[in-house]
Order: sequence, then C-alpha cells, then structure tokens
Amino acid sequence: MLILSSLLLFILLAAARDEFQEELVIRPLHSGDIYASFQFRTLWDTDFLQEGQKVSHYRLFPKSLGQVLSKFSVRELHISFTQGFWRTMQWGQPFIPSPPGAELWVWFHDTVSDVDGNWKELTNVLSGIFCASLNFIDLTNTVQPSASFKPLGLGNATDHRFLRYATLPREIVCTENLTPWKKLLPCGSKAGLAVLMKSEKLFHSSFHSQAVHIRPICQDEQCSSKAWELRQTLNVVFDLHTSGQGKKEWSLFKMFSRTLTEACPLASSSKVYVDITDNPELFELSPATPLLGQAVVLGDRRTYSVYDLIMPTSSMVLSPCALGDMLRPLLHAERYVAGFGLQTGEIHTVIYNNHPYRAFPVLLMDSVPWYLQLYIHTLTVTSKSRDNKPSYIHYQPAKDRHRPHLLEMLIQLPPHSMTEVTVQFERALLKWTEYTPDPNHGFYVGSSVVSALVPSMVAMRTNFTQDQPLFSSFVPVKEESSYFVRVYTEPLLVNLPTPDFSMPYNVICLTCTVVAVGYGSFYNLLTRTFQVDEPSPPLSKRLANLIRRMRGVPLLT
Amino acid sequence: MGLLSDPSRRKVLTGLLTRLNTPICIVCYLAGIVWFMGLAFEPFTLRTYMSENAMGSTMVEERFSSGERALSLAKEFDAHKRKAGGMPVEWLVKAMQSRGLEVFTQSFSRKLPFPDENKERYMVRGTNVYGILRAPRAPRTEALVITAPCSPGNTNNQAVALLLALAQYFRNQIYWAKDIIFLVNEHDLIGTQAWLEGYHHTNITEYISGSLRGRAGSIQAALSLELSSDVITSLDLVLEGLNGQLPNLDLANLFYAFCQKLGVLCTIQGKLQRNDWDTAEGYTHAAQTMMLMVLKQACGRSWGDHGLFLRYHIEAASVRGINSFRHYKTDATTIGRLLEGMVRKLNNLLERLHQSYFFYLLPSLSRFVSIGYYMPAFGLLAVILLLRALDLWVHLGAPALAAVDGVTEAEQPSSPGVLTVLTPVVISHLTGVALYLLPVHLQEMAVEHFPVSETEAVVLTAIAIYTAGLALPHNTQRLLSGEGTEQGWKVLKLTALLYLAVLLGCTALINFSLGFILAVTLVPITASITPALYALVMVLLSPAFTILYCVFIYQELIEAPVSVSEGWMLFLSVISQGILDHALYGSLVYPLLALFIYPCWLMFWNILFWN
Repeated sequence: MLILSSLLLFILLAAARDEFQEELVIRPLHSGDIYASFQFRTLWDTDFLQEGQKVSHYRLFPKSLGQVLSKFSVRELHISFTQGFWRTMQWGQPFIPSPPGAELWVWFHDTVSDVDGNWKELTNVLSGIFCASLNFIDLTNTVQPSASFKPLGLGNATDHRFLRYATLPREIVCTENLTPWKKLLPCGSKAGLAVLMKSEKLFHSSFHSQAVHIRPICQDEQCSSKAWELRQTLNVVFDLHTSGQGKKEWSLFKMFSRTLTEACPLASSSKVYVDITDNPELFELSPATPLLGQAVVLGDRRTYSVYDLIMPTSSMVLSPCALGDMLRPLLHAERYVAGFGLQTGEIHTVIYNNHPYRAFPVLLMDSVPWYLQLYIHTLTVTSKSRDNKPSYIHYQPAKDRHRPHLLEMLIQLPPHSMTEVTVQFERALLKWTEYTPDPNHGFYVGSSVVSALVPSMVAMRTNFTQDQPLFSSFVPVKEESSYFVRVYTEPLLVNLPTPDFSMPYNVICLTCTVVAVGYGSFYNLLTRTFQVDEPSPPLSKRLANLIRRMRGVPLLT
Repeated sequence: MGLLSDPSRRKVLTGLLTRLNTPICIVCYLAGIVWFMGLAFEPFTLRTYMSENAMGSTMVEERFSSGERALSLAKEFDAHKRKAGGMPVEWLVKAMQSRGLEVFTQSFSRKLPFPDENKERYMVRGTNVYGILRAPRAPRTEALVITAPCSPGNTNNQAVALLLALAQYFRNQIYWAKDIIFLVNEHDLIGTQAWLEGYHHTNITEYISGSLRGRAGSIQAALSLELSSDVITSLDLVLEGLNGQLPNLDLANLFYAFCQKLGVLCTIQGKLQRNDWDTAEGYTHAAQTMMLMVLKQACGRSWGDHGLFLRYHIEAASVRGINSFRHYKTDATTIGRLLEGMVRKLNNLLERLHQSYFFYLLPSLSRFVSIGYYMPAFGLLAVILLLRALDLWVHLGAPALAAVDGVTEAEQPSSPGVLTVLTPVVISHLTGVALYLLPVHLQEMAVEHFPVSETEAVVLTAIAIYTAGLALPHNTQRLLSGEGTEQGWKVLKLTALLYLAVLLGCTALINFSLGFILAVTLVPITASITPALYALVMVLLSPAFTILYCVFIYQELIEAPVSVSEGWMLFLSVISQGILDHALYGSLVYPLLALFIYPCWLMFWNILFWN
C-alpha cells in the first residue's frame, strides 16, 4: 500500500512537472506584410533514454511521437515543412528558419548500432504521422554534415555518424500536413491559440512553415533533471497588399477569420506578443494593453505589447505605409545556376556580410544530388574580387545512384562584402526509368545552408530564465556578443538532358509490328507441310492420253 | 539487299545512274522547288493544335480592366522620358516599387565594333530596370518574363505603361505559381542581351555589365511587348529568333487561341489570314507569308527582343501592336487581357513548353508545316550534289579499273596528286578567313585612306575582299603539274561537291531556311560546272548575289518594292547588320558564309580557270 501510494505520488509529481506553453508573436514587417509566429512548447518530464526504462504514461506529450522517440533511440529530431521562400531582404530574419519543402535532421543516441536502418524506418514512420512524402528520403538524398548541424539540446555529441540530414525541396505543404500537426497539440485546435489555425486562411499567405523540434533540455538552471521539449512552430506571412486592397490595417479576424476567446486550459502560459518596435507612435492597438515586454532576439532589442489570454482580445493595428525598400540583413545568401545549354553549368552561391566593420566566419553546407556531377577542382571562393581560402573543407564525393555530394566549408566573410562560391558541374544523362513523370520540369537541388555566429548589436542574454518568451529562447546562447543564425538559400531547378519520351512509344509500336510480321511468317514457314506438287499436264496431253487409253496404247508421260 | 551485293546488278544500277544523271538531277531540282512551293497549299498543311495539356483544358478568365490607366501612364512615362533624355530610371524604379515589386537595376555598356548607322549608335551605355513579382508560397525556382523595350522617341511608351499596369494588376492576384519578372530594357536588343548574360552569368559577347542582384530561378517563358499607339488594329506575332531558332509552336498556338477568344485581329509576318485557299490569290497569300518567314529565318538575326531568349532554352515570342487604317480597333484593355490570359496559362505550366514542334514553317497562324514535311524539299536538292558526286566518282574510277584489268598504263594522268587539290582548298579558305577578319580590323586604315565612314569602310572592305577572292591566282595546278588535266578538275569538283553537300546538310538541320535558300542558288551552278562555263553565270549565282536577290524578294513581299539603287543601299546595310549581329549577339550566319560557304564556292570558281 505504501509502495503503491508512493508510486502514485511519484507519478503525480512527475505529471505535475509536465508543462505546456503557447505563444503567438505578431510582427508587422518592413515590407508591409504581417508575420505571425506560433510556438507551442510541451515539456515532458521523463528520461527514457536511460537503460531499462520504459515509458507508457503520457499526459501532455503526444504518444505517437513519444513512441517514435523511444523506439528509434532518437536524441534530437527536427522536422519542418515549408511552402514558400523566406524573403530575408524584405522580411529580415525569421525566428526559426527553414528551407522550402521538407527538411528533417535527426541525432540518434550513440547506442544505436544500425543508424541507417533506424533512419529509414524513422522516415517511413514520420511520413505516416505527418502525411508527407518523407518516405522518399533514402540514401541518395541523405547526408551526414560534419559541422553545420550541432545538437541544440543537452549533450555534446559531436560524432556525426549519428546525425542524418535530408531535404525534399519539392515537397508541397498543404492542409493534409497541417491537420496531423495540429493533432499533436494537447488542446488540438479546439481551444487556445490553435483555434486561429484555419487552413483556408493559413494557406492564403505568402509564406507558410510548420515545424516540430524535439530535444532534451534542462529543467532548471542547475540542470539537475532533464526533460524532453517538444516545440511546435508555425510561421505565416500574410500579404496585406493582395487582401487589404491598399489598406494597411489588420486584425486577428481578418488574418485568421477567427478571434481568440480563451487560452488552452492545459497551458501554463498563453500569450500574444505584438512587435511595436518600429515606429510605436504610428501604431494603434485596440484593445490597448498596459503590458510591455522587451526581448533580445536575433541581435536586436525589440519591444512588444503583451496580451495574456485571460482577457479576450481582438487586436487591431494601423501600421505605417512602408515603401518597398530592401532591408540589409547582416547575413544574407542567395544561389543560382549560371550558364546555358544542357551539358554543363555552374552553381553560384553568393553570401553577403552587411556588417559595417566586423568579419565573421560562416559554415556553408551544400548537398547536391549525384546527377549533377560536380567538378570540385573548379571550386572557387572569392570575396572582394580576391581569392578567399576556406579554413576548413569537408567534401564527400557522390556515388552514382547511391549518395549525394556533400560540401562543407568554413569561410571567413570580410566586413561589408560579398563572397561568391562557384563550382562547375556536368549534367548526367539518366537511365530512362530514372526520370520523373515530368522530366521537363527539371530536377531540384536542395537549399544550401549557411550557419553563422553573427556579431550582435546588443548584448544577448546568456542566463537561463523561465520567463523568457519562447521565440527568443530556441537557440541556446553561449556568448553575449554574438547570436546564431542559419540562412537557407533558394533551391535550384536544373534541367537535365531529357530524351523525347514519345520515342520509346514509337519504338514499342515498331517492334511490335516487326515481331508480329516476323513471327507470323516464320510460324507459317515452320508449321506448313510441303509436298511436291505434280504439275497437271496440259489439256492437249490429257486429251491425247484419253484417246490413247481408249485405244489401249501406252500413255504419254 | 541482293541488288547491291550482286556485282552485275550493281553495274546496271550505276550505269543507269550515270547515264540518266542529268535528267534525274533536273527532275530532282524541279521536284524540290515544287515540293517547297506546295508547302503553302492548304490541303497539304496541318491545322495547328494545342499540344500542352496544362494550357489546353484549363480556361482562364481575364479580368484586367485598367487599360485607360495604362494610357495615362504612357503619357506620364513619355514626359519623364523626355525630361531624362533617355530611360527615366528613377521614375521606373519608383513606379515599380509602388506597385509592390522587388526592383533591381543593371547598368551595361558596349562599344560596337563599328558605328551602327541604322540605329545611330556606337558607344552604348544604358540601364535595364526590372521588377520581380514574387509568387506567394513559391520557392523562387521558376519565373516568367515580360519585357518592353524603352525605345528612343515616341515609340513603345504604351508597351511600358501596359507592362506597369499589368504588374499592378498581377500583384493583387493570388494564383501565381511562378515569379514574374517585368523587364524594361534600354537600347532594345543590346539591353536584352546584357540582361540575359547578367542573369545567367555568362559572357559570350564582351559586354561590360554590372552584376545582377535579384533572380527568380529558371525562366520558363518570355513575352516581349511592342506597342506604340493607344489603339491598334491588329497584333503581329514575331517568332524568328537568333540563328533561325524558333520557340515552341505551342506559344504561337496560345497567342492564336487568345486572339480568337477576345476577337483581336492577329497576323503573322504582318499578313492576315485568308480563308479562300482554293483560289489563286489565297494560295499566293499563303506562299508569300511562308516565304517571308523563310527569308527572316534564313538571315539568322533576332527579329524582336524575344529572339535572344531562345539561346537560353527559354520559349519566347514578341507581340507587336500594329495600327493601320483599318476600321476595326482594339483598345489597351483588350491587349492587357490578352497578355493576362497568356501569362496565366504559362503560369499553369507544369513543365517547360516541350510538347509541340520546335521546327516548323507557318503559312498562316492556324496552319503549320512540320519538319517532316519540309525536309524532303531540301533533301531533293541535296541529293543532286550526291548524284553528281557519284557520277564523277564512277567516271574517275573507270580508267583505273581498266588499268587493273590488263594493260599497265602510265599512271601519271590518272593521279593528279594531292597538292593540285589541296592548294585551291587552302587558298579559298584563307580568302574566307580574310573576309571574316579583315573588314572589322582594317576599318581604321580604310578610313584614313579613303573618304568613307567606318561603317562604309567595313562593308566596302568586305565587298573588296570578296571580289579580290575572284581574282586570286586560281591556276596553281599549272605551276605544280604543268597543264591542268581533266582528271584534276574532276577530283576538285568531286571534293567540292561533297564538301558543299555536308555544309548545306548541316546548315539545313539547324536553320532549314538558310540551307534551302543556299541550296536553291548554289546547287544548279555547282552541279553543272565545267571549265567551259561562263564566269558571269557563276558570279550571278554566288553567295553575295543570293543575298542581293533575297533583299529584293523581301522588299517585294512586304509590299515595299525598291529601285536598284535603293536595293543596293539595303544590300550594304544588310551586310553591316550581319557583321554587327555576329559581334553583338553571336549570330552565326556571317561566319558561316565567310568561313565556309564562300570558300566552298571559290573552289568551284577555281574549276572555271582550270585550262
């Protein structure tokens, strides 16, 4: 009895330490668009990675994901589905970046022996959970980056044998991916911030990105106990230009065709932040809130109006009319294919450092499919029209039909400069069964990833506090003077030499005809029995013979 | 194959071919010409049809309505253009930005090899302005381009204005799946070339251009708009591009379909379509349209801004508004709707345009002749060269065979030696190289010594070298082996015939029209050449005269006949344009003529002076 009650107490205690927070940040962007970023954080106070411990009790954490984590010994899992491209030049940096299409990267626990096998099964399971074509991830598009993707949670695993990274740039994200994502929330889309997520509005936007991040974290500052953190994020950019008919006015109802009424009953905190840093005097929020918060995010101190969801809100903002001027984000990258013709080409990656006086290093990671055969001897890195020698290069050549190219480089970007990385490639001629059903559309090359510690204008907070807003606490900050940024370039669409696929059809028709005609005549020759035909004697001879027979003389031959 | 493996039958066949060689050749030539002319006859052609599913079944609704606003914008643009004395870059940037586009500029400069007298330019310096409409939720992998040239004077203001009005309208739509680039280019083709080279980061033609900042992935299709009046009577579709490349036929079909839908008169080569194919006028009309297309394609230049896109595997066409005295007028709103419809359908494309034909001739917008139909016309002409070569081969081989049979004859007359053939070949080609290189490089010297302008100097030098090529010592074989033998010129003719056959065959594969036109004039003279032929006939059927005839025929076909002196001036300008096209855009017709066709013709010219 004592044991039972103590166990019950233990469970209750443990359960009490599970936690759910929800948060919505609304930021009017420089270009006049509205950026809405949802973050939901579920903490799960358990440590099933320890030997022999099996967990079967779930309270807030979704069971489907928990089982996946324990079955495949996942240490950290990051998955994102994005439709559209984040326009850094107009929108600045997002809170959590993601490349167009689907991206999945997983750190496995170092007790896993068959990482590739686990990875394959995991992608198939996730494909089912998220209703996405993640099952198309195989060895031909999986890489193991050596430096670009470090674990974000606890533990300093650096052995990249346990890391797998893959992107599917062609993945199209739609309602069927959103629904399973919403189901992972403790309140579903019934209550709390998630009621705003009406897919018809969410997909009527300029940018849509949803993600799931799972990692182990410390429960408190001393890190006496560990917990699993599940962060679900959803980022949307609404285009006021197309929907507002010129008016720069927005409200929650206009954006989501829903209003907020109450918080999720299971949530320990439920907040809405409205970024009013730019031109606060031009904003007009209704209802006004006395609560102002400050947060340092991405090297910038920003001021927010905070709404706690105790009171019902329907916020309305009049924002200034912005001109379409470009922003100058400190770090920015873009990529394109140069050249013409279907034989060769050149991939250009351009990285901009817009910091006026600080140089900083960036890690560039490129994963290129095998059918673009990279000529790595043509790799050049130039900054300010001078050769810029990367201090670290990790290159893994592709194997045809088995493995993509992986190129990682540590490049020092001079202040206020443009660095261009070029590499030439040859387009492979695929086997005719390897072409997609729409070969003339082209083949996708995933985004390259630029990761950097960018010098910060303001001091970053390194101490760990609970009351920090979620959007500013995703990436652990190690030092005050810089912050971590990851920038994804656009994916590439490359045309490969494509045969005329109506020709095989003609060939099939022709061979069928030849076979039919040939077979017919051969069959005819083989099965017919031949016999020598006596030519019938001419009429005169027959008449003569008739007369001879009547006369009884020997016949003519 | 028993026919060829049996020696006696083979002998019969070759005997037949050599005996009936001349009649067969004449029949082939006439059949080739008749076949070609028959291509314009409507029952022999196919009706055009939309092959691309993505553009066929999905009908779009056109809602563009700000044609009036576009016209007032055109006036504003005109005023700013006058004030700036060229392209009003700042105004355009502001105009595009206020319409919600991402705007970029590209400056470029190019020094022409010699002054272009038609367009009065030498040092070209300009700026391209382009705005990118980013499609919502698209990853910047595909784009469409709409361009309008910012031309000097009064022209094309409406095109730029309509472009801006369309940009504004398109920005408020949500259905875009591809980014749309609105490009206003200065100095027409030069600007387009600079922009394309900047976009694809290539440098083929020595432009000095600033790097491009904004890109939108691989361009799928492009439309160029030329519009100089508020109302138009008809829209003309221009397809012929650089080196005779044509866009996919589906682009023409798309244009035709929307003209039909919106009731806009549409023309090709400036010629309306006629329905009376069974009358003589109807046939002549179709034949004229097709001949115009052949002539335009053969000259290998880009007949609109679209032509330069084709090199980059971007399907492109120019739409040109024409305002004539016809009663029926179309307003800017309708043209806007037409473009909107076309762009929306292109936006629906899942793959690049590839379903329909890339090699075709159009006797009218609704009829086409595919490569399978027009190639036999060329084949019939080219086979003459091979037949003559076979005939010569048999004749040359006959005495040798006789020698093998028994009597060991002296072999000197039968083997003219490699040198006698090689020397004319080398001399002809050196003349060709001189014709290719000297005109541009000698212009300073020519200007110093003669009272001519640079352009005239280049053209006249070219003509002088061409003429000098005729006067070169063409009887080198006499120095080498004494008297020219009959054997000698036959070997030379055999070589030259095969050379010409290969040249024309390769040309016709890439640019049918050029190959065919050259074949029509070169084949009869080269097939029948002997040392006894009149030199005048030979000269009258030389490549330069072919160009001259083409100039006259072209003027006749566009119903602007010229006198002989005007024709001569046009001929000179055609030569200078050809050289400029080669230097500026990489057109290959001038090098082909100078380095291959002319030397090949010189080899035949050599035969005239054999004895």
